[in-house]
Amino acid sequence: MSEIRNYTMNFGPQHPAAHGVLRIIMEMDGEVIERCDPHIGLLHRGTEKLAESKPYNQSIGYMDRLDYVSMMCNEHAYVMVIEKMLGVTPPLRAQYIRVMFDEITRILNHCLWLGAHALDIGAMSVFLYCFREREDLMDCYEAVSGARMHATYYRPGGVYRDLPDSMPKYAATDRHSDDETRDRNTDREGSLLDFIEAFTDRFPGCVDEYETLLSDNRIWKQRTVDIGIVSPEKAKALGFSGAMLRGSGIEWDLRKKQPYEVYDRIDFDIPVGTNGDSYDRYLVRVEEMRQSNRIIQQCIKWLKDNPGPVMLDDYKLAPPSRENMKGDMESLIHHFKLFTEGYCIPAGEAYAAIEHPKGEFGIYMVSDGANKPYRLKIRAPGFPHLAALNEMSKGHMLADMVAIIGTQDIVFGEIDR
Amino acid sequence: MGIDIKQLYKTFSLKELRKGLGVTGRQLFRKKTTIMYPEEKTPKSPRFRGLHALRRYPNGEERCIACKLCEAVCPALAITIDSEEREDGTRRTTRYDIDLFKCIYCGFCEEACPVDSIVLTDIHEFHMESNGERLIEKLDLLKIGDQFEAEISAARKQDAPYR
Repeated sequence: MSEIRNYTMNFGPQHPAAHGVLRIIMEMDGEVIERCDPHIGLLHRGTEKLAESKPYNQSIGYMDRLDYVSMMCNEHAYVMVIEKMLGVTPPLRAQYIRVMFDEITRILNHCLWLGAHALDIGAMSVFLYCFREREDLMDCYEAVSGARMHATYYRPGGVYRDLPDSMPKYAATDRHSDDETRDRNTDREGSLLDFIEAFTDRFPGCVDEYETLLSDNRIWKQRTVDIGIVSPEKAKALGFSGAMLRGSGIEWDLRKKQPYEVYDRIDFDIPVGTNGDSYDRYLVRVEEMRQSNRIIQQCIKWLKDNPGPVMLDDYKLAPPSRENMKGDMESLIHHFKLFTEGYCIPAGEAYAAIEHPKGEFGIYMVSDGANKPYRLKIRAPGFPHLAALNEMSKGHMLADMVAIIGTQDIVFGEIDR
Repeated sequence: MGIDIKQLYKTFSLKELRKGLGVTGRQLFRKKTTIMYPEEKTPKSPRFRGLHALRRYPNGEERCIACKLCEAVCPALAITIDSEEREDGTRRTTRYDIDLFKCIYCGFCEEACPVDSIVLTDIHEFHMESNGERLIEKLDLLKIGDQFEAEISAARKQDAPYR
């Protein structure tokens, strides 16, 4: 009789369901996973080291590129740690703008996650619908920052520019009649806030659509219920955060437990799961989208009523306005100083964390008093999640591996850094 | 072990699958969101950050005074500048190269420029045919600036109150 051995199999790094450049070495017993070993580092760009050689502000753009589906949240953690070390608080309006865009980012992230997760499991249309909504939010990103993804919008001391009072409109083309073009532009007639408000009115209906397609669907349930169960104790021991932890039934959310910016003034709920399986994590994330929508609505209301500055009036930290810079010698000197040397942060260290769509995203910074960080450490939520892949997938079938990677919401930009 | 009628009904009526099909079915009759590129394009904000350009003053004189702020602020080190004194005694660049592969389109150069010379235009459809073309030089940049000056200044004007 011939000897039966385990079969070692490669998954990725160029597999569409690997969500980027993940390579997993799996030891299989037939179709059952005995052991798996994720290999990372294929997208390592040395962000932490790069930041050590640049003045503080110049690294903001690189933070976008960490978790490239939730751009502004990464920036947020970075500017928050700088503000913490400098001991400054941005104006209230800037805080509301940041909270609003953090939640827009959360919807962006969860829409991509839901679309990709469903596509991996076999539901095509959810992906298309999710991207339809993402497109509107990308337009919001572009309207404030000028880029659809890598915004570079948050700055220590506030945000770069105030929200625009008009939205760009579709031009008339031969493809569409004037009525159709006018129809497309209806939401774009007012300011950016009106555009986002129209989106928040429409969005709960869209989430209902996603849920109709998935929540009760027998194929979806067969593929996610009881897949990748993590008990609450295990989740804590493995260093989980965000929806992965809440899916296991632990009510932990930095927005509630350690409120930053204006989250303590805003009314929202934290959804938690009960079983800790993939299906519960799906339900938690879908509910998070609804809650984000609620938060955005409250922010819009406040922002409409309270105009004001969006940046600290401190020329040692934030550059003067262009008009000022061109007319006033003192301001011009500040402008030159800020864009060449930047600003210095007193020696010390700090850690700031935010509730990123994927979990706790933190930045730990050590300063030696210079104009660039002495050391920067990025705490990426995806890293401990991926480290638990072996625990979660042991004993499951090969096809469940895809569902488990999907439910972890892995993005390689932040894991490899 | 009794037979759950409700469960049986659910299983064989395919209720939830029909509902899901209803959602996709209704989609057939909804407004299409597809943009027929390239005949039509998505609207672009005046803040859009695309291809670079160097601008001139209305009298034709180039704006850039070789202060090298953009070179200093560029996080990706994509800009290279050499400068010399011109015959009329003003300081001008003799070399202004942007490496389009290095550039991360963060917009800091435009933010830093004290004379509004280097700008990021709303051009996002450009291509290169050989590796060497990734370096765009001063004259190319000025040419882009000349060609699109109307659009560039209109967008700057629209965004001026916010900056």
